[in-house]
Amino acid sequence: MSTLSERILGAPSGAYVDREVDIAFAHDGTGVLAREALREMGVENLPHPERLRLVFDHIVPANTGTTATLQADLRGYARSSGIELSDAGGGICHQVMSEGVVRPGMIVVGADSHTCTLGAFGAFATGVGATDMAAIWASGGTWFRVPETIAVNLAGRLTGAAEPKDIALTYVSKLGMEGATYRALEFMGDGAAEISMDGRLTISNMAVETGAKAGIFYADATTVRYLTEYGLAASPQTPEDCRYEQTVEIDLADVVPLVAVPHRVDTVREVEGVAGTHLDQVFVGTCTNGRYEDLARFARIIRGRKVAVRTLVAPASRAVLARAIATGVLADIVDAGCMVAPPGCGPCLGAHAGVLGEGEVCLSTANRNFKNRMGVGGEIYLSSVATAAASAIAGVIAVPEGA
Amino acid sequence: MQGVGPAVCLGNDIDTDVIIAGRYLRTKDRSVWAKHVFEDLDPSLAGRIRGAIIVAGRNMGCGSSREQAVVALREAGVIGVVAPSFARIFFRNAVNVGLPVIEAEVACIDGARVVFDLDSGWVEVDGERHPARPLSEKMVAILRAGGLVPYWRSSR
Repeated sequence: MSTLSERILGAPSGAYVDREVDIAFAHDGTGVLAREALREMGVENLPHPERLRLVFDHIVPANTGTTATLQADLRGYARSSGIELSDAGGGICHQVMSEGVVRPGMIVVGADSHTCTLGAFGAFATGVGATDMAAIWASGGTWFRVPETIAVNLAGRLTGAAEPKDIALTYVSKLGMEGATYRALEFMGDGAAEISMDGRLTISNMAVETGAKAGIFYADATTVRYLTEYGLAASPQTPEDCRYEQTVEIDLADVVPLVAVPHRVDTVREVEGVAGTHLDQVFVGTCTNGRYEDLARFARIIRGRKVAVRTLVAPASRAVLARAIATGVLADIVDAGCMVAPPGCGPCLGAHAGVLGEGEVCLSTANRNFKNRMGVGGEIYLSSVATAAASAIAGVIAVPEGA
Repeated sequence: MQGVGPAVCLGNDIDTDVIIAGRYLRTKDRSVWAKHVFEDLDPSLAGRIRGAIIVAGRNMGCGSSREQAVVALREAGVIGVVAPSFARIFFRNAVNVGLPVIEAEVACIDGARVVFDLDSGWVEVDGERHPARPLSEKMVAILRAGGLVPYWRSSR
């Protein structure tokens, strides 16, 4: 009996296997280095361009002449090599890949650590570096060590103002920043079935914050329905009675709104305990919480009110932005006094827009609060969308209504 | 394949943002990364790690997949990195750019003489030998070649 990772990779945990990949993508940051490595390797032709994607998301639109030149070179390479390009404005790589590209059972590699996001579809999805990606583009495959698996059993239903991000912060705090290093996480239990695809993507996204290689949900009726909307056929996957290295039990009824405090993602407090903390900026977006359901939840809370602190909202993709426009969600966000950034990673990594100044404090819906990440001397608290909305209105960290 | 150098000790959970900050990523000039390596942690480190072996704590290299982190260490002259555990992408990246990584439990003393042997799988600190988790044959071959790019070129 096998874990889902063992089933997809076709070997028992601990084995080293060489496998073809189904999808291999890089972004404007890692893509530049992968392109450079391909040049150095002397590789001219890519055997499977149809499996490859380039997604411009990290610094979009370009902020300096240097960035623009690097992106122009990569854009030209996409054209000449036949790699499909999602150019600036298309959205974050993991979100773009979730919009009708990745399907259950696929092997997916991305030159970005949060590639584990796509495990939400029942795919084996993991991050690699740029040189690894170059070799994958050149050969069509790579080696994997089949990981041991930790089961995360989700029981029951969320209550009050708690949302999938709070589930993510709960398991990250239980496992710790290296509690799942080299392992895969499998999210299971009757509670998993209740969570939407957007919510699953949020939960899988943070697997890497525990050191995990993958964070996987079994495909079920929710997955099949979601993919059908993109015209893709998929079948549910059934868990087998297999051996897990460890099982983490989470009763969803016990999950409350949480905040990861500076500077560790596994240092988690109940929002109530840090309520009143001064804020200079609120940021809603990223590959963790920039999806349509997130924006809609944010808009529902701030509708008809005004934010009391600089608030930046970045939709995860053009499709998310378009839907938010069509449904009036974006108007609510703008009317409340928020800034809207182009679809992309935005301020999350401190390389572009929304950088923090010395001593500034940001409440962000992202996944990392490493020291100085959003700007030297800045402090980052991580929370759910509902907590971010309540805090934007209050101007300080605040407990969301209904909690 | 062996390496030798004085130890430079670092703590647990050294993330790739602190090895090379996001603001320095947008270039192809590798010397930029070597110059700014560890800038937000301790600006003096860049000058002290040339010819040295970093002995870090648990979960070395966690966070972003940015390969610039391992390139920065290599370009700054680091001989190898020893830690009881590594974040997996950092570990793979290090092998791919030809930076030896040694997974071993050792007590670090700043300046102590560190020697490692990748083939036999051990590391010595001031003459005291500790076992290291063995690398796969392929990983050792990639490191011996100087990284995945030269390995690729030599195997075609």
